[in-house]
Amino acid sequence: MSDASHRLDEPSRLLALLRSIASPGVLNAVPPLLLFLTGFLGPLVLVGLTSFIPARTFGFHGDWTLENYSQLFAEGSSHYIPFLWSFGLAAACVAFLLMICYPIAYGMAKVFGKWASPITLLLVLPLFVSENVRLFGWVIFLMKGGGIFAGIMKTLFGLDPGSMLYTPAVVLFGLCYVYLPFMLFPIVLGVSMIPKDLVESANDLGASRFQMFREIEVPLAMPGLLVGGLLTFILAVGAISETTILGGQNISVVALDIRHEFTYNQNWPGGSAIAMLVTVLTGVLVMTLLNRLNLDRLLGKR
Amino acid sequence: MAEAEAFLRLTKLTKQFGKFTAVNGVDLDIREGEFFTIVGPSGSGKTTLLRMLAGLERPSAGDILLRGQRINDVPANRRPTCMVFQSLALFHHRTVGQNIEFSLKMRGVSRTERKARAMELLDMLQLPTDYYGKNVTKCSGGERQRVALARALASDPEILFFDEPLSAIDYRLRKLLEVELKDLHRATGKTFMYITHSLEEAMVMSDRIGIMREGQIIQIGTPNDIYTRPQSRFVSQFMGEVNVLAVTASGDKLEAPVHGAMLTSPPDRASGFEQGHLVIRPESVRFVSEGSGAENQLTGILYNEYAMGSRVQYHVRVGEEMFTVEKLREQAYQGNLNDEVTIGWDAKDSVLVAE
Repeated sequence: MSDASHRLDEPSRLLALLRSIASPGVLNAVPPLLLFLTGFLGPLVLVGLTSFIPARTFGFHGDWTLENYSQLFAEGSSHYIPFLWSFGLAAACVAFLLMICYPIAYGMAKVFGKWASPITLLLVLPLFVSENVRLFGWVIFLMKGGGIFAGIMKTLFGLDPGSMLYTPAVVLFGLCYVYLPFMLFPIVLGVSMIPKDLVESANDLGASRFQMFREIEVPLAMPGLLVGGLLTFILAVGAISETTILGGQNISVVALDIRHEFTYNQNWPGGSAIAMLVTVLTGVLVMTLLNRLNLDRLLGKR
Repeated sequence: MAEAEAFLRLTKLTKQFGKFTAVNGVDLDIREGEFFTIVGPSGSGKTTLLRMLAGLERPSAGDILLRGQRINDVPANRRPTCMVFQSLALFHHRTVGQNIEFSLKMRGVSRTERKARAMELLDMLQLPTDYYGKNVTKCSGGERQRVALARALASDPEILFFDEPLSAIDYRLRKLLEVELKDLHRATGKTFMYITHSLEEAMVMSDRIGIMREGQIIQIGTPNDIYTRPQSRFVSQFMGEVNVLAVTASGDKLEAPVHGAMLTSPPDRASGFEQGHLVIRPESVRFVSEGSGAENQLTGILYNEYAMGSRVQYHVRVGEEMFTVEKLREQAYQGNLNDEVTIGWDAKDSVLVAE
């Protein structure tokens, strides 16, 4: 009797183990996990592997090399210039957007009341139109001589603003314009997490308007500010249309450099190495900042 | 000698939100060093009144005078007042020490001085000094109350306002903190102005109580005044279960709608009284037995009994009215439910209100 139950015990324990692995949670996680592996991690691994094969070759033959990376840092290499442009423009874009979006977000979360929804809609609406189309709209607006802006200036004020396109400033403007919603909405979330009574209490305890901002509002909205900043920074580092359309290739950014390697130079391993470098740099940045941020708090879990 | 200028005087203080009048022409004098409590149901305007005094809300009309100086337009951060919020509003991104020091930091007090003051306050509020670096979110409910009090006291304000800080706390801790707050009032000698919806809470702590209803203060008095001489049915019912009988004058007697009973008026009945309500506290009503009588007697059925620790409450149905009778436990009624009982009270223990 005891013998039989002992024998029955073994398979039932195995079954229980299988059951615990195949719990509803695990089963539900399978489809997104597959998508993540094939659609996201797969290409990344391929690019990573490609970056370690000899320059201008197209297959994996087991001859791995670090040459593509050393080339980037070699004497006389000009690959650092697109890096500087990309990271510099992205940083400037984040700085400007923080200054532009905070007041708007504050208004949407605390002041506008019933007007917040129509304003949100106005800000989201451009997202339904392709980024390239919107940027070409700006080209028409800003075009030298015949553009809408130049035309108005000339007819109304007799001024010739000259060429406004193809400058770093207009590229920066394009980046700010395109990525504004990505900065704005996380900040709205962050600002709406500032409890009103904490600000009032600070005021009551002697804080001036600026002190309330510095001591209470900014620290409490920080998760939103960080997420918005990261999101825009990453998007802006990888941006390509703003430079090609508004910058007219006067400014070479990292994404253009990578495209150049892959197409014109026919150097896939070289382009992959640059892509990996960008990925690692932004990855390190994101990880460092996200470590300082409690996502649970952002999602209201405390 | 001329009458001393009131410490904090409100004259015709009014606050309107659109068409809604939250506070309606409140006149009030607060004495220096007193513990004054405003009691009212939610929506009576008590929080709005307090917020105007703290500078968080601008009065629509009327004046706030502190030592004779009009402070209507002084912003909250420049007023020598401090408020303890209902939510406590502790800065959860800061430590206990940083919370307590906040007002001093805003005033540019040096780091060492700030810390010395924070330590002093931790000690005063019986918080361990190693709480200085503790995260406020890690403190218990009672500890948070003390941190909020310490923070409010740090800059040595002249008046402390309290917006129902104990309302979200469980009964036992609340009782403890009520006593601590009253002791703190004694220790600091500051003026405390407290609002609550619980008259019971107000009774424990206050020197004087103001009852607020629909934006107006309808009665001011010591806890004893309010308890024994309510001026309206509203005030009397605020205290908890009281017996209220609608009565009409009939000669020098009062006619009540229970079996057409004629009741003896309380001795201080106003001369022109026509009709109103007779208020009798449950502990003033007793069971009348063969030997002992009472000036007013009614006969009814014992409906139910409720043990309340040191006391026992009874509901006695007399006609359509349900009377509440309260006795000490050791004087409990010996009998059964549905007994026919006679209850009674002496006229001097009842209060007649016009409303």
